[in-house]
Amino acid sequence: MTQPLLQTTAVAKTFGPVVALRAVDLSVAPGEVHALLGANGAGKSTLVKILTGVLRNDSGTVAVNGEPVVLHSPTEARARGLAPVYQDPALIRDLTVAQNLRLTGVDPGDVHRELAAMDLDGLDLDEQVRDVPLPFLRMLDLARALVFDPQLLILDEITAALPPDLSERVFAIMTRWKQRDRSVLFISHRLAEVREHCDMCTVLRDGRNVASFHPGQEGGESQIVAAMLGEASAGVRDVARERRAARERDEEEAPRLVVRDLLINRQDAGVSFEVRAGEVLGLAALEGQGQDRLFEILSGNVRAAGGEILVDGQPVAARHPYDAIRRGVVLVPSNRLMALLPQRPIRENIAVPLFNRLRRWGPINAGRERRQVAEAVTRLSIDTRAAAQARRLSGGNQQKLTIGRWLAAGFRTLLLFDPTRGIDVGTKHQIYDLIRELADGGAAIVMFTSELREIGLVCDRAAVLHNGAIVAELPPTASETDLLTAAHGLEVTAV
Amino acid sequence: MSTAVADPAIRDWRQLLVDRPAVALTGVLLLLYVITGLFAPGMFTPNGVRSTLLLACPLAILAASQTLCMLTGGIDLSTVMTANFAAYVAANQSGQGPVVALGLALCVGLAVGLVNGIGVGVFKVNPLIMTLGMASVLLGVVTVGLVGDGFLSGSTRLLPVLRTVASGTLFGPVPNNVVVWALVGAGLIFGLSRTGLGRAIYAVGDNPIACRLAGVRIWQVLLAVYVLSALLASLGGLLFSGISGSVGPDQTNAYLLPSVAAAVIGGTSILGGVGGYTGTILGALILTVLNRLLLTLDTTEAFRQILYGLIVLALAWVYVRLTGQRGS
Repeated sequence: MTQPLLQTTAVAKTFGPVVALRAVDLSVAPGEVHALLGANGAGKSTLVKILTGVLRNDSGTVAVNGEPVVLHSPTEARARGLAPVYQDPALIRDLTVAQNLRLTGVDPGDVHRELAAMDLDGLDLDEQVRDVPLPFLRMLDLARALVFDPQLLILDEITAALPPDLSERVFAIMTRWKQRDRSVLFISHRLAEVREHCDMCTVLRDGRNVASFHPGQEGGESQIVAAMLGEASAGVRDVARERRAARERDEEEAPRLVVRDLLINRQDAGVSFEVRAGEVLGLAALEGQGQDRLFEILSGNVRAAGGEILVDGQPVAARHPYDAIRRGVVLVPSNRLMALLPQRPIRENIAVPLFNRLRRWGPINAGRERRQVAEAVTRLSIDTRAAAQARRLSGGNQQKLTIGRWLAAGFRTLLLFDPTRGIDVGTKHQIYDLIRELADGGAAIVMFTSELREIGLVCDRAAVLHNGAIVAELPPTASETDLLTAAHGLEVTAV
Repeated sequence: MSTAVADPAIRDWRQLLVDRPAVALTGVLLLLYVITGLFAPGMFTPNGVRSTLLLACPLAILAASQTLCMLTGGIDLSTVMTANFAAYVAANQSGQGPVVALGLALCVGLAVGLVNGIGVGVFKVNPLIMTLGMASVLLGVVTVGLVGDGFLSGSTRLLPVLRTVASGTLFGPVPNNVVVWALVGAGLIFGLSRTGLGRAIYAVGDNPIACRLAGVRIWQVLLAVYVLSALLASLGGLLFSGISGSVGPDQTNAYLLPSVAAAVIGGTSILGGVGGYTGTILGALILTVLNRLLLTLDTTEAFRQILYGLIVLALAWVYVRLTGQRGS
């Protein structure tokens, strides 16, 4: 057997208490297009960063052409023949494309030649980066990587936001690289692409490589999905399910929140869905399908490119989160750093929304405030031992604070973005119970989750977001396999 | 062995200083006062206390406007120019009676504050740049007003009421000035801890993104803060003119950096979200006593400046060491 071009052995990486990679063995042969797959948080990005010299592995070895290497910087990685194309090209928006290229020591002429080879010589390199559409920037980044003539081209979800014609050009490059006996490490959530263009795939789960096989073989797709989900896919389905069954749904009632043809990006097909009072709608999506922006739009933080949002039948055109909050629509963001006042005490953290109106700027009714805060603290069983500064609280307690804030301030529609990310199992279950309780109390809830299991645990309905559009609505009983299949933009057959 | 026993005690002590910085600052103030008293025995007489309070007063009021701005993560470099301008306007218009003259002086503050607040809050200009620019504009305006038949030319008779406030005493060694300061201080301390606006000020300084998501319109908070800041600056200018007995286009300029230093020594984070006016009061007193101490030394002004700077740095360093607080 020939020597692998790239070989990692037991590569591990931790960030403080968080284990990103436990032990990854990856082997890419020369002339091979190798897919790196895994669910969100499985460790793909960390591995790529290690291979490109952005991060250092804590243990394990990386070998290129059989020779162990330690990559201290992206420049060093490039010198070894490893060149990445990232999801978000790192370019300075206020400079022209050519200026950006020169900054990184790349001759714009070379890049232009590579672009011309891809039939993209229409791109003017003297344009400011801010004026160039994102898909072209990705292609530009690809051309820049090709200039280095790398042994191993690392494509991190490059096709995620490319129109089909540009994707085809990427595949053509992949084929060309293969013919030259060089290799490509291809990361994509689109299983159809992986099947068609990759010779080999390695699936990561929980920071380990769990399977490597030829994805094009019979049943390859289901094998990938099974490997990504692992044993856990058997799933625990309990409390919430029973409650859901017991709840009588009043179909006559008008929906609380209606979203019609909402354009997350201008070129999208548009998102449409409805949520009723007392209902939890689960949103499933792979990374980068527009879910972050969708929640920001719904919460009034950014404006949509088009479409309509109706709350209780009335259209809302929020210019500020305040407008959405007045209509009872509140957001619990994914990133707790976006919601917390880290240096302020629990009480003030919970009370923030109480002072968002000018007429509440006067003296505080201390008794009333204490009561409202105490109620939220008890209901969420927030641990108040480190009450003086929110940053000293555990992740779970911080998340409870950001939910508790809205319990104190009142709301009618709750937007939860991945509410249990990075939270321990016990607290997760408390949050599931709370979500069901709030829904039973008449709230309408939209919850995005990157943990598909949660759809079955807490939701009444699942909607699948793909490429800025809802591509499927499934019952909560849908299997994770079905959800994942739909999330990849594929047809679900067995519903 | 002994360290193992002492360890938790030290930690408790430090924790106390972190939670109650005023305790440590009061200690520093008393110590410094006693040391100064050893060199200048006048410090222990009622008159010594009175002059210390009197001198600390304008600094503390100007530092109040810094405290407010710093709590939101900003700064106001136009305070002293606003103070100068307001005091000058009051003296220039004193012929029209105290109500009109003082009213106009406060209008100066209101106008400056509105412009700063709109710049920082609505147009999101960096507060450093906005207020620095404002200071420069105000200097120009005052200069133009003073040249030839400018709008500030003519009489600069101090309002009698300002003299009375500066020279009179209410009881014991407490000057009237300090009564004004006490009212302002009480209002600020209550306002910051017990009103919705106060909460919003801390929240905006701690995490503007979180505030926005909670529906707080940050520009409103910033506008209120910069208006309050400029009004306090006008008040500080008026009080200072009473103490000095005259007005001048640059008379409070030397207070600019001490006003920031008083707030910082008092434990207000320049990055926002942490601090309060209690600490600033103590910070202003500490700096005033320190100045007095240096004056007792028989040395040149330049050397005093060097010592002053070094002691302020040392104080800040000790404070950070003790409380474990960092700038970031």
